Amino acid sequence: MTDGWVMVIGLEVHCELKTTTKLFCGCPNMFGNEPNTNVCPVCLGLPGSLPVLNQKAVEMAMAIGTALNCEIRPSTFHRKNYFYPDQAKDYQISQYDEPINVDGWLELPDGFRVGIERAHMEEDTGKTTHAGVTGRIHGADYSLVDYNRSGVPLVEIVSCPDLRTSAQARAYVTELRSVLVATGASDGKMEEGSMRVDANVSVRRSADDPFGTRCEIKNLNSVRSVGRAIDYEAGRQIALIESGEQIMQQTRHWDEDASRTVMLRSKEDAYDYRYFLEPDLVPLVPDSDWKEAVADALGMMPAQRRARLADLLRDAGNVTDARTEQVATVVDLGLDDLVVEAIAGGIPTALALARTANEAAADPEAARQLDPGSFVTLLSMEAAGTLSSTQAKTVLAELLAAGGGDPSAIAREKGFEAMSDNLLSVTVAHAIEGNPDEWARYCAGEDKLAQVFIGQVMKSTRGQANGKAVVAELQRLRG
Amino acid sequence: MVDTPRLTREDVAHVAGLARLHLSDEELDLFTGQLAVVLDHAADVALLDLADVPPTAHAMAVINVLRPDIPGQTVDREEVLAAAPSVEDHRFRVPRILGEAP
Ligand SMILES: [Zn+2]
Repeated sequence: MTDGWVMVIGLEVHCELKTTTKLFCGCPNMFGNEPNTNVCPVCLGLPGSLPVLNQKAVEMAMAIGTALNCEIRPSTFHRKNYFYPDQAKDYQISQYDEPINVDGWLELPDGFRVGIERAHMEEDTGKTTHAGVTGRIHGADYSLVDYNRSGVPLVEIVSCPDLRTSAQARAYVTELRSVLVATGASDGKMEEGSMRVDANVSVRRSADDPFGTRCEIKNLNSVRSVGRAIDYEAGRQIALIESGEQIMQQTRHWDEDASRTVMLRSKEDAYDYRYFLEPDLVPLVPDSDWKEAVADALGMMPAQRRARLADLLRDAGNVTDARTEQVATVVDLGLDDLVVEAIAGGIPTALALARTANEAAADPEAARQLDPGSFVTLLSMEAAGTLSSTQAKTVLAELLAAGGGDPSAIAREKGFEAMSDNLLSVTVAHAIEGNPDEWARYCAGEDKLAQVFIGQVMKSTRGQANGKAVVAELQRLRG
Repeated sequence: MVDTPRLTREDVAHVAGLARLHLSDEELDLFTGQLAVVLDHAADVALLDLADVPPTAHAMAVINVLRPDIPGQTVDREEVLAAAPSVEDHRFRVPRILGEAP
């Protein structure tokens, strides 16, 4: 950021809901199917078809509103009219002046609270592919449309213009993604387009100045591009103002490959959507029983789950920045239950957290399916020194790849336990060689000198050896 | 009759443009007059004192019409695409799009 300038950022996040069917018809809500196979008269906008609202989609929208501390209100649906072939009807059904969720907030991990203006329901559009000479929009000869996505339920979450840096915007998207996944409403797969971000960006010389003219940036499909696009756009605006020009209100497109934003349309070209109430849908008025049922069904949110792990770390006297980062990772990946179960199973806090954040996190999908019992067994073996940390990591990778199993059996298969015994005798022999006087005195009956050898072995195995096993080996060698 | 601004020829041309309708000068004159009559009729409602009447979303006093999240019948793709003027690669082929989706 150029010195002395302050950014003002507001984000609009579109989140596809993980329902079984679409918002207003029974077509499957499924990504990646053959084009135009999940379509019916309703989502193709055929005359005489009528939309009927999906109850599950409503409940997911209410869950999102609850998680974002919104007020859940009586709401209505409007037709947003525009000519573009991504909607066969030539309008999109969306909530307009009476959205279901208003006035909430999301707290970021550092405690900063971002206001949520609204989180409303609408239907997604079909997918257009621009074909022809270049494959790009400009110079395309024609477009191809697949309506499988048309009518898929979305919730659009509009933040207040509370964000001040691109880092903060990234943190907001990351946290929001975790919250959406935790509600069960979203799979959070930004790479598949199930979460899409638009950013409103303006700049001003100081925090006391009024907001500057803003530009909206579309097409931000990763947390990384959110940060990069905002930094680029703020830089573009500052350069313009510093060279004496004015910022024109525009909608701009983020070009990831070229790393820049390009103009899509100016304020003068803004669409006139001629919103009017959708006559085929009636108002949605959730009563307090329904709202309570949705709130009761809601699991712990990421912030609460981080606090739960932070408490366990504090109890174990184990709070460091690195651990705080590991906590964020396991919560973000939905692996915190595994850590909590391992700690409850008697595994040292730092070990439970490290194996989850570093190794299990490499395959979060498999790790979420992992039986906590076998995870605890494995980490017990590591904690007791039966397995070295390298061996434990190998067994864990095997458990994840195989979708479960008996850690002891896998360790035996890999020959780890035998090797571990062998390794122990070699290490003990080394310790004896290095301390011939102590060994003579130990053999003469000074049992407490066993501590010297245990200390040596622990040092050379970096604490992975089992003290009792060392003593047993010493006694065997003394005869 | 209340004192609302009358519909102009420019208004009608603008709305026709949004709907991608190409109207001749004669049609613009004709529809400006006809639409103005319709709007004047609706403007009569503005004469009533409606301060205590809440806005109505729907003619029927019905709320929360919902369906369960259970898959229904989809339409056969070949049947759907057979009705399209142009098809390529199992997709609807449409004229070149200028600009991006709104
Ligand atoms: Zn459908």
